[in-house]
Amino acid sequence: MTQKVRVAQLSCGPEHSGVQGEIYEAAEAVNAEMFFPDLTLAEIRTYYDEFGLEARSPDLKLAIARAKALVEGRVDADAVFIATCFRCAEAAIVRNELRRYIHEHSDLPVVSYSFTERTTAGTLLTRMEALTTIARRRALLAREVQEGLTLGVDSGSSTTKAVVMRENEIVGTGWLPTVRVKESAEEAVARALEEAGVTIDEIEAIGTTGYGRFLVGDHLAANLVQEELTVNSKGAVYLAGRQHGPATVIDIGGMDNKAISVQGGIPGTFTMGGICAGASGRFLEMTAKRLGIDITELGPLAMKGLSKNVPMNSYCIVFGTQSLVNALAAGSTPEDVAAAACHSVAEQVFEQQLQEVDIKEPVIMVGGTSLIEGLVHEMGQLLQTDILVPPHSQFIGAVGCALLASGFRGGRSDESV
Amino acid sequence: MVKVFIYPSTSLILSDMVDRWGHEPLGAALQIRERIQTPGFDSPPLQMTPDDPKRGLRYAAVEVPSGVRGRMALMGPLIEEAEAAIVINDADFSFGCMGCARTNELVKLLIRHRDIPILELTYPRSEEEGVAFVGAIKQFLNGLSEGAA
Repeated sequence: MTQKVRVAQLSCGPEHSGVQGEIYEAAEAVNAEMFFPDLTLAEIRTYYDEFGLEARSPDLKLAIARAKALVEGRVDADAVFIATCFRCAEAAIVRNELRRYIHEHSDLPVVSYSFTERTTAGTLLTRMEALTTIARRRALLAREVQEGLTLGVDSGSSTTKAVVMRENEIVGTGWLPTVRVKESAEEAVARALEEAGVTIDEIEAIGTTGYGRFLVGDHLAANLVQEELTVNSKGAVYLAGRQHGPATVIDIGGMDNKAISVQGGIPGTFTMGGICAGASGRFLEMTAKRLGIDITELGPLAMKGLSKNVPMNSYCIVFGTQSLVNALAAGSTPEDVAAAACHSVAEQVFEQQLQEVDIKEPVIMVGGTSLIEGLVHEMGQLLQTDILVPPHSQFIGAVGCALLASGFRGGRSDESV
Repeated sequence: MVKVFIYPSTSLILSDMVDRWGHEPLGAALQIRERIQTPGFDSPPLQMTPDDPKRGLRYAAVEVPSGVRGRMALMGPLIEEAEAAIVINDADFSFGCMGCARTNELVKLLIRHRDIPILELTYPRSEEEGVAFVGAIKQFLNGLSEGAA
């Protein structure tokens, strides 16, 4: 059994919210253990004073002191988990500043999360898995070149993607909407294999990711079953040719969104969420449906419109759809409505998630929504930067998997290197 | 004997003083002890569950963070039960620590709105202030005994 990853917890409120047990459970599921860095009273006072942020809540003061102790090496940890109550302004300031401070002053992977009493271990699992992967599998994530013949499968909430790679080149792809998880994966794999002109028996290693990764991984006897945060960021910097230096990866998915701050191909901080489907690709699908067009036509249509002509706020998908219907009824053009929908989704992601990671150029957009050029344009406008959309960006998870899986060919593992 | 709510509620020193001068201290230790000694569920470390923030809705609205409502599920019943209170403001960490500033504001407000004898003191910063501090608490607690007699 591999050694447990020690995750330092900096928090205020999870015990009293009744969710500490959920945090322990999520950590346990990925062979990690949470711990609270022990400090003397004198150390708490010194570290807190030195940090310079005036908090009023003693638990937040303690979190600040613990963060400083971690950065200064007074306490050893493999990763850091910062958690505070949702809707607490004081805690939000402390949480963000601690995340930024740890990210900038140490190599420790860090994730922050604001919880409610409804937070479950399941909600935390992917984040905890990514956190421990970064801590535990640095050797695996350091891989920059795909070798041999490998297969990657991304079983997403909306679509299933498969990619066959041979000696650092994509030779086959398969894509289809996810209906039944296993069957959709089988079909996507069959299409990718056919395009590549190979059979499954020739494949040397398989990697799976996405919501259906465990089921599909089990079904295909995958060598690597990995959450999408690390796989997507790896795939993104690989395809964009930005494996060295900083980068920011944005993946607006069908069910949730990911924003990942990457350094040297390895994720540092990330957020994963989606308060409502109004801030996800699902809203754009609904918009396309309401406009009577295919989702692939939405991007070009949006590029012909002006988002500011239509007031739209898709914070909630119900109200967003209402704005959409009202705008059309008031005579707005489909072009302007399409542009407004793209702007609204970009704005939600910008406001809800991108504030929690440090945006460093290049900004790389991946996933199926990155093909909607109207959305990419609006995100670029909000961030005041040119967004990079690498080739095959919709296959990012599958490519990341195929790349990382090549470290497992012939029964070996990059991790044993 | 009078039930005396103490703030900071985690202060063992304050709890001990109330007990020593013949009254029943109402503090966090009491609530936590009851929870961790109650068999039947396992939610470490405080044995609090997501139902606690829901119980806290009695004291704080739903838009108030869950941590505040969970803490109020512990403190609220003690405030209701209290017949007197001692509140120490700006206390040192070592004297007793209440984790959340927002909860503390609410706890103090609710106790001040109770029609009960309340002693509010600032935490002493010198030996001289310390002596006066202990004297004030003793006098307050003795006064409660006389009132109850």
